Amino acid sequence: MYVTTAVIGAGHAGLAASHFLTAASVDHVVLERGEVANSWRHERWDSLRLLTPNWLSRLPGAAYEGPDPDGYADMGEVVDLLERSAKDVPVRTGVNVTSVRRSPEGYTLTTSEGPIRARTVVIASGACNRPVMPAFDVPARVEQVTPFDYRNPSRLPDGGVLVVGASATGVQLAAEIQRSGRPVVLSAGEHVRMPRVYRDRDVLWWMHHAGVWAQRYDELDDLTRARRLPSPQLVAGSTLDLNALTSMGVELVGRLSTIRDGAALFSGGLRNVAALADLKLNRLLDTFDEWAGTAPGERHEPTRVPASARWRLDLRSGEIGSIVWATGFRPDYSWLDVPVVDEKGALVHDGGVVGDGLYALGLPVLRRRGSTFICGIEDDARDVIGHLVQGLKSA
Amino acid sequence: MSNGVNVQALLDAREVLKGAPEAAQFTWRASSKWQHGVHSTTKIEKFFGLGQEQSHKNESVFEADHPAIFAAEDNGITPIEYLLVGLAGCLTAGVASVAQNRGIKLNSVEASVEGGHDIRGILGADPDVRNGFNDIKVVFTIDADASPADIEALVAQSQKRSAVFDALTNPTNVTVEVA
Repeated sequence: MYVTTAVIGAGHAGLAASHFLTAASVDHVVLERGEVANSWRHERWDSLRLLTPNWLSRLPGAAYEGPDPDGYADMGEVVDLLERSAKDVPVRTGVNVTSVRRSPEGYTLTTSEGPIRARTVVIASGACNRPVMPAFDVPARVEQVTPFDYRNPSRLPDGGVLVVGASATGVQLAAEIQRSGRPVVLSAGEHVRMPRVYRDRDVLWWMHHAGVWAQRYDELDDLTRARRLPSPQLVAGSTLDLNALTSMGVELVGRLSTIRDGAALFSGGLRNVAALADLKLNRLLDTFDEWAGTAPGERHEPTRVPASARWRLDLRSGEIGSIVWATGFRPDYSWLDVPVVDEKGALVHDGGVVGDGLYALGLPVLRRRGSTFICGIEDDARDVIGHLVQGLKSA
Repeated sequence: MSNGVNVQALLDAREVLKGAPEAAQFTWRASSKWQHGVHSTTKIEKFFGLGQEQSHKNESVFEADHPAIFAAEDNGITPIEYLLVGLAGCLTAGVASVAQNRGIKLNSVEASVEGGHDIRGILGADPDVRNGFNDIKVVFTIDADASPADIEALVAQSQKRSAVFDALTNPTNVTVEVA
């Protein structure tokens, strides 16, 4: 089989790519290892909802049309959104791409359904293929769970739970596990604090309208840092910062440094990561006020840090029954047999342009800060596929 | 505007070392000699970095001893006080560097550092008491042409990039052998 463009992955990025390829009359196929929106169907916990309100959660060819534009989509609604966006997309489901190699005409893809030759390839296989789990020597009696395994608190063993990581995943899981009656210890490194609502508007309304999400990747001071930024401490419907968790009874500890002799050892620097997050939050709110041209709105109580947070937690004492590793996700490029991945496993690209007809979509801050979110894909796909089409014309 | 920190050199080094991790591997060295009682003298001059042996302009000599209330001769500060020297020096250097990088003119930077220490640990008087500091508190007093929030940000960023802050707040593998 030969196509001009092979798109790998039928998530929001692959579907958006197809939309613009179709508009430019480029023959293409979207290869999907499972089904459309596979990760959203199979690799998410039960209670997860999008961080973006419905009115923001739009894809090319599919916008929210329901009765609650200010609500937050659950996974069923996300799958529905993606399926609507996939209506006229040439998706081949159940096709697993196991290798992509250079060839004289472009690329050769090895797939579970045989080889596919393509002039150009769009990598849209996702940013969160694998949960990151630090290699620590955890006592065998403590169960270890990643966000890919986790569904709801009832599947965790009884006893305390150490949640490692205080990004969106970590704070959300910490809250619902604490509510289930299991005492939670939350290990927090650097994090991004955000209120759900600022001056009666969703904080992401501000990010969108005040132009934060429109900031271009090639105009940021530190792009590497922006791309590695943890997801904000947000949940559908309410503010879920460290103060909210403390009020619920969650115990805060510093960043997990190591596990030694059966004890988790935490950094003594919790106060400073909280201070950094508080300062950054206030700067963000200042930019909103500047954009709005108004006097400052409400500012939030500084993060309450325990006077002496524990820096040692014995994992053999029975206090902790399980560890939830909310320590981030990484893309998987093990199938990519083209030397375009750096020593840390990140794809080397310039705003989604890898080079030689290879492209990427759906990665954090790919072309703008907003690229990280579903609603950012339309502008990214327009730019990246525009570059691809230009390349075809000039070849 | 200058606080006397050559930030450009640091930024240049960051760019160069991004692609040369082996050159970024430094070894800091100290050599000590027992004098008498609990008094020892530690000298520091040479170190390794940027792929080769390096040297300070001069050798520095540090006396460590215990105070008279520990029934010692007090020829120098106690070893654990050297940790406060390191922390104060490191955080202050960080404040100056970050301020330079952010275009903030510093008029004065003072820090008071306190380490709370229950000495029953080192005396073996209570097995539940640790040997080291229980907590350390640093208070900066900074006069600079900047808002209070900007000054707080300087101090926060300085901690974030501090070698000694990291070494004190996180565990480190320490190997001690007999030659």
